Amino acid sequence: MKLPAPPAVRTETTNSPPPMKTVTRRIKFESELDLSFGEHVAERAYGQKLLSCIQCGTCSATCPLSHYMDYTPRKIIAMTREGFKEEVLNSLTIWLCASCYSCTVQCPRQIHITDVMYALKREAIARGFYPAKHPIPVLARAFFNRVMHDGRNTESRLLITLYLRTNPFKMLKEAFLGFHLFRSGRLSLGREHIKGIKELRAMINGPEPRKEAVPL
Amino acid sequence: MSYLYFPGCSLRSTGRAYEESILAVFRKLQIPLTELEDWNCCGATAYVSIDENRAFTLAARNLAIAERMQGNGGGDLMAPCSACYLVLEKTQHYMETDEGVKREVTTALHRGGLDYRGTTKVRHPLDILVNDIGIEKIARAVVHPMKGMNVACYYGCQVVRPFQTFDHAAYPTTMDRLVTALGGRSVDWPMKARCCGGSLTGTIQEAGLRLNRALLKEATARGANIILTCCPLCQHNLECYQKRINRRFGESLHMPIAYFTQFLGLALGIPPRELGIQRLFVPLPETDGKRKEVPAHA
Repeated sequence: MKLPAPPAVRTETTNSPPPMKTVTRRIKFESELDLSFGEHVAERAYGQKLLSCIQCGTCSATCPLSHYMDYTPRKIIAMTREGFKEEVLNSLTIWLCASCYSCTVQCPRQIHITDVMYALKREAIARGFYPAKHPIPVLARAFFNRVMHDGRNTESRLLITLYLRTNPFKMLKEAFLGFHLFRSGRLSLGREHIKGIKELRAMINGPEPRKEAVPL
Repeated sequence: MSYLYFPGCSLRSTGRAYEESILAVFRKLQIPLTELEDWNCCGATAYVSIDENRAFTLAARNLAIAERMQGNGGGDLMAPCSACYLVLEKTQHYMETDEGVKREVTTALHRGGLDYRGTTKVRHPLDILVNDIGIEKIARAVVHPMKGMNVACYYGCQVVRPFQTFDHAAYPTTMDRLVTALGGRSVDWPMKARCCGGSLTGTIQEAGLRLNRALLKEATARGANIILTCCPLCQHNLECYQKRINRRFGESLHMPIAYFTQFLGLALGIPPRELGIQRLFVPLPETDGKRKEVPAHA
C-alpha cells in the first residue's frame, strides 16, 4: 500500500498551458451530511466527550503519523462531529492510526481519541468502507479468526494469511526475513492453542449457536 | 513476593529471547513466577477493530483466571508485552468505569464458567523490577558492570500510556534509572516513548519504515551504541527492518536492539545463551565500548 504522492510541482520547463479548470462544487450541502454520525460514533467511544472537542490540534501535533494522513486527527474529529461520514470512513487516517495513545494522554478534553479511531475502524469494516485487499481490515479479520480458532495467535500463520489475501508477491519479499527469523528460532510454524477453547467460544459467541454450527 | 506470568503470543515466537531473558533474570533474583493457566490471546490492537465487547471478554478471561489463581496464593499478573499490558489494563479500567461493559463482559464470562470481581493487578516487568524488587537490590547483584554501553532506552508507546501509573506518559525514566544502576550510560533522547508503528511494518510498510528510521537515526545521532526495548514488537520492528530502511532511504544504520532484560541478565552474570543473545541479528557492543564489525542480517 503506497502513501499518496505529494502534488506535482510545475517547473519552468513545462511549456504547455495549464488545463482548463472545470466548475465543480467544492463544498457539501448540509442535506448531504449524515448529521447523526457524530452522536453515533460518540456513543461507541465512551460518552459524549467527542462532542466537547475544542479543536486545539494537540492530537495532530502529538501524532507520529499525522504527516502521512490525508486528514489529521483534529480534522477527523471535526468531520465526524459534523457528519462527513463517507469522507471519514474512506480516509487513510483511520487505518494509519497505530494505537499509540499519544493523543489520548495529551487531550485537554480527555477525549479517548484512540477509541474514537477504533470505533471508526469498526464502522468502516462493518459497512465495507475500504479499498479491496486493504491489508489492515484483512489483518484484523484474520487475527479475529485465528483467535476464535485456537484461542491464541500464531504470528507466522497470521502473516501468511495476510499476504495470501492481500499481496502474495510480498510474501516472497518477506521470505528472506522469515528465513533469518526461523534460523534464529524466532519464528515457529507450530500452532499455539488453548485447552479451554470451547468455553472461550461460548463466551465470545454468546448464547445463540454460530451460523457455521447450524447443520445445512 | 511471587508473580503470575502472562507470556502472550509474541513471546512464544518473535519475542522468544524476551521470554528466555525474563525467566533467567527472575530465576537469578530468586523471584518465583507461575505461568497463568491456559491463558489466551489478549486481542492486541487488531481484535478491537472487529468488536469491542468481545475484545474485552477475551482479555477478561485472563484477568478472571488470574483472580482465581491469586485466591490460591498467586501474586500480581505480569504482562511483559506492551500490547498485552495495555489491553489487560484497559479492560480492567473499562470494567471499573463503564457499567455497560461490566455487565456484558461478566455475563459472557459466566457462559464460560468464570467470574471476575475486579481484583487482579496488571504489572509490567519494568515496574516490578524497579519498584518492587528495587534498584538497590539489583545493583548489589551486578557482577559485570555494563561500562561502555551508551544506551538509548526505548519504552515504546503502549507500556507508558494511558492507564499505567508507574511512570510519565511522554518522558518515562524507569528504564534509564535501571541502566545507570547497571553501570551503563543512559543517553537522553526525546523519542523514548514515540511509536514504532506496531503492525504497520506488515501492512502499510512505507509509514512503518519511516517511523523506525526516525527512531534509529535519532538514537545514532545522540551517541547511543545500543537501544533497549521492553516490547517484542518494538524490538522486531527496530531490528529486522534496518537493512530495508538503509536501502530505501540511503541510510547507514547499524544499531543493536536488545531487550532490557537481556541487558540486565548480562550485568547479573547470566550466560548469554540463556538470555537468547544469539537470537539477535545485530551483535551487541563489547562492554569496553568497541563494536564488533559483523554485517547485519535482514
